[in-house]
Amino acid sequence: MRQDHIISAKHLSREDIEAVLDRASDIAADPSAYSDRHAGALLGLLFFEPSTRTKMSFTAAIKRLGGDIVDMGPVEYSSVKKGESLADTVRVVEGYADALVLRHPSEGSAKMAGEFVDVPLINAGDGAGQHPTQTLLDLYTIRENAGLDDLTIGIMGDLKYGRTVHSLAYALTNFDTRQHFISPESLQLPRNVRYDLHETGSSIKEHTELSDILPSLDVLYVTRIQQERFPDENEYREVAGEYQIDAATLEAASDDLTVMHPLPRVDEIAHDVDETDHAEYFQQAHNAVPVRMALLDLVLGGDQ
Amino acid sequence: MTDKEALRVSKIENGTVIDHISAGQALNVLAILGIDGFGEDVVSIGMNVPSDRLGRKDVVKVEGRELSQSELDVLSLIAPAATINIIRDFDVVDKHRVERPESVTGVLRCPNHNCITTEAEPVDSEFDVVSDGVRCEYCGTIIREDIAAHILV
Repeated sequence: MRQDHIISAKHLSREDIEAVLDRASDIAADPSAYSDRHAGALLGLLFFEPSTRTKMSFTAAIKRLGGDIVDMGPVEYSSVKKGESLADTVRVVEGYADALVLRHPSEGSAKMAGEFVDVPLINAGDGAGQHPTQTLLDLYTIRENAGLDDLTIGIMGDLKYGRTVHSLAYALTNFDTRQHFISPESLQLPRNVRYDLHETGSSIKEHTELSDILPSLDVLYVTRIQQERFPDENEYREVAGEYQIDAATLEAASDDLTVMHPLPRVDEIAHDVDETDHAEYFQQAHNAVPVRMALLDLVLGGDQ
Repeated sequence: MTDKEALRVSKIENGTVIDHISAGQALNVLAILGIDGFGEDVVSIGMNVPSDRLGRKDVVKVEGRELSQSELDVLSLIAPAATINIIRDFDVVDKHRVERPESVTGVLRCPNHNCITTEAEPVDSEFDVVSDGVRCEYCGTIIREDIAAHILV
């Protein structure tokens, strides 16, 4: 890898991404070959916001590599409650661990924290900013199902606040992809993200209706529209209802369409989709373990 | 500057004349320099002065003061055509245009209240200068209009 810290999908080159995905494929094919690879390694977990799957899958990943975790625990029981700065917290904790995983509610927190520590720091979500390890497992899932080149992908839902969307969109510009963004007008991509995507010269189109482009898609990546983004419940219901899919919606899609979702879902993907061959979101969630194992293996010096 | 224009604001003995400021930006230039009228600085201002190059321009003269690089950097963002004249003993000893820097550190406040640089952390704000504005290095927020409103004072 070019860098020790994993802060943003924007800084991941095609080569970096492929190194992680190739390693993840090797791990998935023969997990036992890696079970002692990082015996004794300690991963420091600093989650300033609640997390279930990201935290659990990082924990599973380091343990399956033979290592263990040291966990700051909930913020309300930590020194943060006493007013300690993030910069001080990470400088202390880097002495306890071989690498750190940080989730924090403020945008730019991981970049700043990385400036204060020498051990590798992995961004596990900074506010509405970036979530690059989610992106890596998304890319892995896309590669397994549809391939990453000559790909037509639709990304639907809350594109404004969804950090998984921003990270994924950046990363996909490394590949030969056509990206279609489907959302209500009020939840379109933020202008800084749109600015960067256009700078890369990649193929980007925005839509308000899925039906316009559904038949052409290889992958449909659905995200949750959160009620708290709307001033009142009626408006939320009206808008969110237009971006729900069910098995009937997908009859217009290609037989090979892969449907993904970072989870948790509420009702944007009806349960009858689970039974179709399109559904890949649970496997996507499971892919978190080999992909995070691969990433940890690389940042902890798996090639040495 | 013609004699007629020069009469509008008096000559200074030592200090800096900032000329060719975009019309309407003079007060923002003072804000960048931290001049709020409560200090000792002797300042003359011309606003909406006719200009061959700009149509209308503002001019600011500050006695006894030469500008720092960070002040010049921010100035370049709101007055990209500005010229800086350093005056000693009533003579212009140096005259140059402002240059757009690649980035500015510690001079602008990020408008994103959720950006880590707005919190009590030991970190200066840092903005990259992009084609049509500036962009926070930490959270990616782009400021296009009214950059002066985000100056840290």
